[in-house]
Amino acid sequence: MPKDHGIGASSKRREDVRFLTGNGNYTDDINVAGQAYVHFLRSDVAHGRLTKVDTSAAAEMPGVIRVFTGADFEGVGGLPCGWQVTDKHGNPMQEPAHPVLAQGKVRHVGDPIAAIVAETPAQARNAAEAIEIDIEDLPAVIDMKAALQEGAPKVHDDLDNNLCYDWGFVEENKGAVDEAFSKAAHVTTLELVNQRLVANPMEPRVAVGDFNRSTGDSTLYTTSQNPHVIRLLMGAFVLGIPEHKLRVVAPDVGGGFGSKIFHYAEEAFCTFAAKALARPVKWTSSRSEAFISDAHGRDHVTKIELALDADNNFTALRTETYANMGAYLSTFAPSVPTWLHGTLMAGNYKTPLIYVNVKAVFTNTVPVDAYRGAGRPEATYQLERVVDKAARELGVDPIALRRQNFITEFPYATPVAVEYDTGDYNATMDKLLEMVDRDGFDARAAESAKSGKLRGFGVNTYIEACGIAPSALVGQLGARAGLYESATVRVNATGGLVVMTGSHSHGQGHETAFPQVVADMIGIPEDMVEVVHGDTANTPMGMGTYGSRSLAVGGSAIVRATEKIINKAKKIAAHLMEASEGDIELKDGQFTVAGTDKSVAWGDVTLAAYVPHNYPLEELEPGLEETAFYDPANFTYPAGAYACEVEVDPDTGKVEICSFAAADDFGNVVNPMIVEGQVHGGLAQGIGQALLEGAVYDSDGQLLTASYMDYAMPRADDVPSFQVDHSCSTPCTHNPLGVKGCGEAGAIGSPPAVVNAVVDALNRGGHNVTHIDMPLSPSRVWSAMNG
Amino acid sequence: MYEFEFKRPGSVAEAVAALGSEEAQILGGGQTLLPTMKQRLAAPAVLVSLGGIGEIKGVCTDDAGRVCVGGGTPHAVVAVETADSYPALSHLAGHIGDPAVRNRGTIGGSLANNDPAACYPAAVLGSGATVVTNNREIAADDFFDGMFTTALEDGEIITEVKFPVPQAANYQKFLQPASRFALTGVFVAKFADGVRVAVTGASEEGVHRWTAAEEALSANFSPDAIDGLSVSADGMISDMHGSAAYRANLVKVLTKRAVAAAS
Ligand SMILES: Cc1cc2nc3c(=O)[nH]c(=O)nc-3n(C[C@H](O)[C@H](O)[C@H](O)COP(=O)(O)OP(=O)(O)OC[C@H]3O[C@@H](n4cnc5c(N)ncnc54)[C@H](O)[C@@H]3O)c2cc1C
Repeated sequence: MPKDHGIGASSKRREDVRFLTGNGNYTDDINVAGQAYVHFLRSDVAHGRLTKVDTSAAAEMPGVIRVFTGADFEGVGGLPCGWQVTDKHGNPMQEPAHPVLAQGKVRHVGDPIAAIVAETPAQARNAAEAIEIDIEDLPAVIDMKAALQEGAPKVHDDLDNNLCYDWGFVEENKGAVDEAFSKAAHVTTLELVNQRLVANPMEPRVAVGDFNRSTGDSTLYTTSQNPHVIRLLMGAFVLGIPEHKLRVVAPDVGGGFGSKIFHYAEEAFCTFAAKALARPVKWTSSRSEAFISDAHGRDHVTKIELALDADNNFTALRTETYANMGAYLSTFAPSVPTWLHGTLMAGNYKTPLIYVNVKAVFTNTVPVDAYRGAGRPEATYQLERVVDKAARELGVDPIALRRQNFITEFPYATPVAVEYDTGDYNATMDKLLEMVDRDGFDARAAESAKSGKLRGFGVNTYIEACGIAPSALVGQLGARAGLYESATVRVNATGGLVVMTGSHSHGQGHETAFPQVVADMIGIPEDMVEVVHGDTANTPMGMGTYGSRSLAVGGSAIVRATEKIINKAKKIAAHLMEASEGDIELKDGQFTVAGTDKSVAWGDVTLAAYVPHNYPLEELEPGLEETAFYDPANFTYPAGAYACEVEVDPDTGKVEICSFAAADDFGNVVNPMIVEGQVHGGLAQGIGQALLEGAVYDSDGQLLTASYMDYAMPRADDVPSFQVDHSCSTPCTHNPLGVKGCGEAGAIGSPPAVVNAVVDALNRGGHNVTHIDMPLSPSRVWSAMNG
Repeated sequence: MYEFEFKRPGSVAEAVAALGSEEAQILGGGQTLLPTMKQRLAAPAVLVSLGGIGEIKGVCTDDAGRVCVGGGTPHAVVAVETADSYPALSHLAGHIGDPAVRNRGTIGGSLANNDPAACYPAAVLGSGATVVTNNREIAADDFFDGMFTTALEDGEIITEVKFPVPQAANYQKFLQPASRFALTGVFVAKFADGVRVAVTGASEEGVHRWTAAEEALSANFSPDAIDGLSVSADGMISDMHGSAAYRANLVKVLTKRAVAAAS
């Protein structure tokens, strides 16, 4: 029987009532009395020197309050980068300035040059057209390899070149890896592109800055996944506002997928201008603006080589990746191709020697940063593609080759610096094969052939590191912040609880899942627990939501705070029942004394805490409220096996996904329905990457895919009805819930399964195609088949 | 969007008068024009909506048996109303965009816009239809004049489109993955006196007829008739969604499929 409440129950998402009835409170729903509107005038060229920005005519336009340019921000800090990577020579990465508004140069289409604040959005936009700008065009650097050529135009004049860093991991192992390759019985090499993506959350970004002249307090309402991080970065590094004078509110947020982690210029601008003008200032991004101002994702160009011995054991892995940073370093950009990518290159395999080289490159494009999976999809894709290619070259079953090389003993320390705590990769593979009826494939392929279609089957495994992350570890790796999470649990006199969390929900269902945990621990109905998040004024310090960390880290903090509550409540109960604390048990919301029939209810104890007439005041403070900070001991390592079956129309190259199955190990699961929903969404995005999505720049740096006319988002009819399973659970060993995180798995694990399936279909159809770069659009597949 | 004046006349005559003012433009369903205005790429001073003109909405059959679609008729209405009289047209109209687009967008707007990837131009050219305006009738062969260009004069209103009904017809639309307009689309119509084949989405010249296929199919209306033909990639559109060679291939593949589905 599935549980009907508490941990393990598919409780319905309580937040959906307001989301589905149009009653969400998004940032754009927030209007502060007297607010003005800002419009950003953005560069329409990719690279150029600003020789003139004359705002005098614009300033005279109707309704204009003030026009700001880069000069207004000279005394203000630039947007900071939150992660410093050290290169293979031990030097820090090259770190360019990132001004709020362009100073001297524009570096990508969309780079903000001026900001017009006016009484209405239309007036601001009208005035933007009256700004006189002269830009001396400079040649744009778009292609990463060209950007690294000697003499290439520099994105940042004050840097040595366009190389942010050249990272080797683990540099000391390089010699041994090279030697293993020289001794290999077989080497499989694959060059591939993990294309640039645009995150496209349903809600575009919005910022409202407000300043209270009487208190001197600033408030920023923003579409963020981590309001506390924005408060810290913007307050400390950009505007110089101490945290106690700055409140950041991220109310309902309509999806982020990573793109709303980062601190953006528009947030700093609205906060700054609100103070300068003593007027609230609001910015609402249009979808067109989002394409050229939200951080993009992925954009890796990789060569991967796998060495095998005569028995098909993996002996070494070597990769060389060019990772696009775009024109500036977005908040976490440097960490994505390094610590979130290199550390995952072992995958599910016991390859003893691994060397990862990453060259991060500046180009005249929108900055690139974390996008659902962040580094791990790139790692998984190249590894699972090269393993598949190796199987094909060696003429062995791709599943058998994987199984033969699986890590089977845990904990397992990889040669790329992480230690997997638990896992059972054969179990998820077994489960997957149960789900997909591989034996029936030939019959299905024959059926497809009748209608002239080629059928293919693709499989892959994945591992990811999430629940990020131990602060001490990430500090060594260059993070400029800690990565704990905190929670405050406040119990009210009548027994209800408010959980204040530093995690932020922007679609994940925290308001439902977190109460399931707390209610389960106390034994009370879930609706006695309410979650508060997204406001630095009424939640404890938080690091926010990304890297599938909310339940593993944020949830663990909630568990710790709730444990403190229970401990104190037991003391009160012991007093009320005149028993010894050690004999008190809590079950189903009742405190009992072991071996007696004495009991008091949860509500009696909470009331006593706030009406302490009969209360151990000498030993215990009144009240019932506790805070806990939880810093994880390790990453968590969700893993799984995915399979995809496709049909390819050889006449047109069109790929149809016939079925997709995902067997995941997420450790313990709090709400299976939410987990399934997360996997479905991730799979849709992964299939979107595999078949449809891709940001394309021309050689001048114009974004050709700047709207949905050309940027293909997955639609419901592009994806099949998914088969998902998470019954193969090896609980995480180091967090109190035994959970691993499920938010990114689908997007990480699915692209290689799709591409492997298409390559399989083509080969079965007699086409000797070894690889096609994503997105596998009809024209690309057809071109691959037709030489 | 810039500010503009909005007019909603009740008749074609009133619309013609309203369009006489400086920088006036016709507004059909607004599915193309309004996004363009929002992006400030179009800035009419006066918008003359055809939405209130009953006389140019709806579908009927004339004495010659032609299916006559009012110029202001939304795609969704065409899809329903021509289901029996001209199924290939109904199917085409029912697969333009999404329900919102089909409920607002009109045949007149689609034809006046003549997007190189639009569907209706293929039906109009493939059927050999007649485009009726407030002051003349224009044969389909004379109407389309390359991408986004037509024979329409400034302010000329498409009031009706008259479709001769073929013995058999079919439209094959291969979706551009992002926009879901036609990456390439082929409309095949078999009449007593011959076959017409109109291709959209493929050529840099916009919608056009594939005369070699027409000849072959007029002699032998079967998919095999196309086998021996080749389509040149010269002059085909090449973009991130498909090379010229790919589009040339689609023209042939889709024509065969249209014939197979029609016969
Ligand atoms: C999301 C989306 C998907 C779409 N998918 C498709 C598709 O798959 N296939 C396809 O063919 N189209 C597609 N379209 C375009 C759609 O069919 C539009 O409705 C059509 O192109 C324009 O028609 P409209 O009535 O909206 O015209 P409007 O946008 O109002 O006007 C377009 C132009 O035509 C002029 N005009 C309008 N009516 C008349 C008239 N009666 N006489 C003379 N001039 C006139 C206007 O002045 C303007 O220049 C799509 C549009 C959208 C937004």
